[in-house]
Amino acid sequence: MYIYDAFDRRLLAERVVDFRDQVSRRLSGELSEEEFKPLRLMNGVYLQLHAYMLRIAIPYGTLSTLQLRKLAEIARKYDRGYGHFTTRQNIQFHWIKLAELPDAMAELAAVGMHGMQTSGNNVRNITTDQWAGVAPDEIEDPRIWAELIRQHVTLHPEFSFMPRKFKIAVGASHHDRAALRIHDMALRLHRNAAGEAGFEVMVGGGLGRTPYLAQTIKPLLPKRDVLSYVEAVLRTYNQFGRRDNIWKARIKILVHDLGAEAFAKEVEAEWQSIRDGALALEPAMVADIAGRFRYPNYATLDDGPPELAAARRGDRAFDVWLSNCVTNHKMLGYAIATLSLKPEGGTPGDCTAAQMDKLADLADRYSFGEVRVGHEQNLALPHVAQRDLPVLWRELGAIGLARTNVNLVSDIISCPGLDYCSLANARSIPIAQEITRRFHDLDRQRNLGRLHINISGCINACGHHHVGHIGILGVEKNGEEFYQITLGGKADENATLGTLIGPAVPYAQVADVVEDIAAAYLDLRDKPNELFIDTVKRVGIEPFRERVYAAR
Amino acid sequence: MTSPLDQKKIKIAGPVVVTANRVGDGAVVYRSPDGGWTTELGGAAIVIDADSARVLAEAAAGDDLHAIGPYIAPVKLLPGGNVRPGNLRELIRRGGPTIELPAPLES
Amino acid sequence: MPLVENGQIVQDRYTYVGDEEPIPERVPVIVPAQRFLAEADALIRRDGSLGVGWPNDRRIGELAPWLGHLALVALKFPKFRDGRAYSQARLLRETYRFRGTLRATGDVLRDQFHFLIRAGFDSFEVKKPADAHAFAEAANRYSVVYQPSADGRTPALRRRVTATATESADAIDTAKR
Repeated sequence: MYIYDAFDRRLLAERVVDFRDQVSRRLSGELSEEEFKPLRLMNGVYLQLHAYMLRIAIPYGTLSTLQLRKLAEIARKYDRGYGHFTTRQNIQFHWIKLAELPDAMAELAAVGMHGMQTSGNNVRNITTDQWAGVAPDEIEDPRIWAELIRQHVTLHPEFSFMPRKFKIAVGASHHDRAALRIHDMALRLHRNAAGEAGFEVMVGGGLGRTPYLAQTIKPLLPKRDVLSYVEAVLRTYNQFGRRDNIWKARIKILVHDLGAEAFAKEVEAEWQSIRDGALALEPAMVADIAGRFRYPNYATLDDGPPELAAARRGDRAFDVWLSNCVTNHKMLGYAIATLSLKPEGGTPGDCTAAQMDKLADLADRYSFGEVRVGHEQNLALPHVAQRDLPVLWRELGAIGLARTNVNLVSDIISCPGLDYCSLANARSIPIAQEITRRFHDLDRQRNLGRLHINISGCINACGHHHVGHIGILGVEKNGEEFYQITLGGKADENATLGTLIGPAVPYAQVADVVEDIAAAYLDLRDKPNELFIDTVKRVGIEPFRERVYAAR
Repeated sequence: MTSPLDQKKIKIAGPVVVTANRVGDGAVVYRSPDGGWTTELGGAAIVIDADSARVLAEAAAGDDLHAIGPYIAPVKLLPGGNVRPGNLRELIRRGGPTIELPAPLES
Repeated sequence: MPLVENGQIVQDRYTYVGDEEPIPERVPVIVPAQRFLAEADALIRRDGSLGVGWPNDRRIGELAPWLGHLALVALKFPKFRDGRAYSQARLLRETYRFRGTLRATGDVLRDQFHFLIRAGFDSFEVKKPADAHAFAEAANRYSVVYQPSADGRTPALRRRVTATATESADAIDTAKR
């Protein structure tokens, strides 16, 4: 993980001083809310239904235990004892007081954390997949590039007042675990046929009222040029993105209106004039950043240690956990453990301060002091020795983080919805909770297999419902909560937008509808291991539509 | 949802209040008859016609030292004089999330 | 509204000229873009400093051929949230190498001074007098910058790799900017 140097720390400290002054001028009335709002948004401070909300960035989803403990402290001291992990690898606190925010930010800055640019019309938290740096199928660690770009866009003088927000994701594997194509810009490190490494650059993705998948505008950008190319894209967007209509202001609209080719030409012209200037990355600069990424001192271990085999034989529950939650690591003898934040009847992505503290202890003992946050709103321990898995499993179970529903029907991705968010039209969390209760039986979940449900409480689509296998979108009809259901969405390298299956259904029926869809899948699949999403692709949505609306 | 104050023409279909969030802590507040703000819906100024609603909303909007994002929200008047929020959103704003907040883990 | 240059509130030497009115002789003037382009040949021959006010929704590249004749370019922030002029400013300074006065006009507020200076502006029609008085303090809020820009400040990326043995990154805490 990246270790801040004195420059990074200094900038954060100065940001806190700046914000403290801005808050003070707001409270004294020297700044109106209209003037203050973009400034607080630049620090991740939203106003929600009941209180301010602080969104703290977790760059590329990587947390040290020092930072995790600080988050627990913030939850206890300034909030109501819990935090919420989001679909962009950030954490939110929902009950923050404005007057206390500068102090909270000072405490966060002391451990290298901040809310800079987690809101506002600027470049937001740069995400990768939560297994970055440890997944076996990466060509190199994408987080180094995410960090280079993060620094470049932080307090960028030219791009702090853009038409709208701008979200960037970075990947380094063929299999896309970071939902690259729903981002305003995505960069995928890969090698061409000649073995040269570079970035495939995609632009114009985004969900919301008009969802689009990103299109490739540069198949292989040399690493040296990544900052200048990002600059050229942002400069093109800043100048020509629409500012007349908030629903048409994202870069996806500009790319769509111009056409990807014309957009790429515009970017290319700008890029050619700056690519050899101050933004050309020298190897020493990259090495400097990479050098502050600390990697664990891995022991030399064998795969499949005897402790593991014995535990698998001795305890079926452990074996189930291993199959569901543990994945391969690039280092022999190690593994990645995914921790489900989707308990039965719980709020997806919520984590209590006590859980955070106990998890930090476990991470210190079993994961070299590091934790990861995924956009699916689960956590991961990225450096677990296989021989430690049995004892880790028991400890995780004691703090409620060993549920074996990862990637199954109750592993729901959901925005906070109308229970918290002032943009929402309908609630999302109770919908998720009811679904988890209906499908609480893990054998039943395993029988259904991989099944991603995404729930959004409004068209802003923070729950990414468009790319859910089952997507659920809350709408308001005559003061009542209704939900549109889509099927067939995918967020990976074969990204697809889901298809609406019929008229919106009322709040009380959503869980029934999901049960009907699940039942239809079991009838329609041509073999037990045909995945839900593949069945939908094979038979289309018509059979599901019939089943759902037959009695409605 | 966009704030109802963005509407050019205010149309109301029953009794309404003006509600906003307090600057210091974001708490839900209601415009009171004395030109201040109260956290108690029972203490809110209630109006029943569009012009009065506009006047109340405009006065509130000018007071962003104390409260932000004021808008007109419906209420229900019950026999006996009690006031209740007039839609789900306002119920949630007053009563808090409809779900249980995560309980601290018992050690 | 006060004009700030070199960290001080100063008198404006320039006169804004509208679309139709006669242009005064031998005094510095700022002419709107459309008019400038229509009368460019005459204007550049005129005795007296010439400035142009350029809209934020028109490519700044159109002005590039004339920059050698201009003493000032005024760019616009209709609302401070509309940041198009930041791109125009950097293009003027860094791509087109404009060396004259670059003025920020419109909704120019204290919390944008840092960004405006970095983008290459050196003249500010500040909306609020209190902000004008606080200019020097507000402009110096950040001793670390992460990216190169028109102001020529050395970004952290470069400072790190050129730090000598006596000026390691950790010594920066006590070193002067």
